[in-house]
Amino acid sequence: MAQLICKDVSFAYDGETVLSDINFSIDAGSYLCVVGENGSGKTTLIKGILGLKAPSGGKIEFGDLKPSEIGYLPQQTRIQRDFPASVYEVVLSGRLNSMGKRLFYNAADKKIAQDNMERLGIEELKNRCYMELSGGQQQRVLLARAMCATKKLLLLDEPVTGLDPVATNEMYNLIKLINLCDNTSVIMISHDIHAAVRYATHILHLGHKQLFFGTAAEYRQSDLARRFVGGGRG
Amino acid sequence: MTELFTEMFSYHFMTRAIVVGVLVSLCAALLGVSLVLKRYSMIGDGLSHVGFGALAIAAAMNVAPLALAIPVVIAAAFLLLRINQSSRIKGDAAIALISSSALAIGVAVVSVTTGMNTDVSNYMFGSILSLSKADAVLSIALSAVVLLMFVLLYPRIFAVTFDETFARATGAKSQLLNTVIAVLTAVTVVIGMRMMGALLISSLIIFPALTAMRLCRSFRSVVLCSAVVSVVCFVLGMTASYALELPSGASVVIVNIIAFLLFSFASLLKRRA
Repeated sequence: MAQLICKDVSFAYDGETVLSDINFSIDAGSYLCVVGENGSGKTTLIKGILGLKAPSGGKIEFGDLKPSEIGYLPQQTRIQRDFPASVYEVVLSGRLNSMGKRLFYNAADKKIAQDNMERLGIEELKNRCYMELSGGQQQRVLLARAMCATKKLLLLDEPVTGLDPVATNEMYNLIKLINLCDNTSVIMISHDIHAAVRYATHILHLGHKQLFFGTAAEYRQSDLARRFVGGGRG
Repeated sequence: MTELFTEMFSYHFMTRAIVVGVLVSLCAALLGVSLVLKRYSMIGDGLSHVGFGALAIAAAMNVAPLALAIPVVIAAAFLLLRINQSSRIKGDAAIALISSSALAIGVAVVSVTTGMNTDVSNYMFGSILSLSKADAVLSIALSAVVLLMFVLLYPRIFAVTFDETFARATGAKSQLLNTVIAVLTAVTVVIGMRMMGALLISSLIIFPALTAMRLCRSFRSVVLCSAVVSVVCFVLGMTASYALELPSGASVVIVNIIAFLLFSFASLLKRRA
């Protein structure tokens, strides 16, 4: 059953269309990489899926998924440098959408936060200040927070930007592991086309409109990929 | 020392001022953490100038000062948030615009009606004598509401302060929360400005948070530490004001500066070690 369906979706800023003719759907457990050049509308599409920006046309439908059941990992630049927050506080704040009308986190919320920190190997950092961690550790914390929000769909906006090659590989492997073990769907915006075709099950290529949507294997054979990747070997 | 305290508390107006002041310091410190981290530090300053204008008009019209000032300042807080979001005029410029306009209107109203008398000086620099019994009761009730709201909304305030995009994306009503924070700030500013003065009340919001951030590394510890720092600085400042016959607002701010310097020094030592 489809989790998320985009039908003829388009987005506009001040009346000017920046993204149009988006048609795709993802099933539970799939791993979709959204690729395209800078300014091709990737981030706009993410905002649309998150409900932060209303589409100017078409429809975004959710299957067995509530719009608030998306675990989001924003681009790193958004969070300020000198913010005093412990790792545990950040991870636990991912449970916010599950609180409903409750005012405080309960024991179950705390258990989920603890479990996710253990799974990502950051439980020793629990009481450390988030801002004093390395880039790779910070991304794990934000991934743990996103996992606290949902088991259904993770939306990751360039999760490896600024990480060294080792941390990048670890991050990709972790994401794939979560995708396979929990059957959690993943939508990832990426610049790294080689990693995209290696890890993802599906590819969405944007360039102000939908240039390609299909499986990673189909994408590898397409002319578009050959031109974009250069040689098309992935 | 004990004699000084006994003597100080033997005056009803002093007891009243200290009770209200401690509550306002607590509110200001808690809200301050969120405001400073959200880069809204100047909102307190802008709102206090609007408060000054409102108090001047209230005096001219002969109405109860708080009854007029609170709704006016809350309206200004709404306006500031709206302008911030529309981003035609940038946030800092908008605050400067509104605060100087309100100050100008206030000064003009005062000079037309009563002239530049001690009232104006009291509004600008604060006076503990200006707090009537009715004011005190209202102030205590309002601070209690602010404190309660902050505690009840604490997890949400953290989420929205740390990462507003994430909070909004996962369904938190961040607009509503920002509005609540602005309204609570407005109320705190108005209650506090009679004692601290329009020019000095914003320091009550900014200083404790910044002081706490020198040493504390988690949100909860910053919140708790800034609350303690704020209350201690207020009581010490008031005592100094009483003993040395200094204006209350100024002496509270000076104690806050000393605390900030001490914490900065401690943080330096900690990093060296």
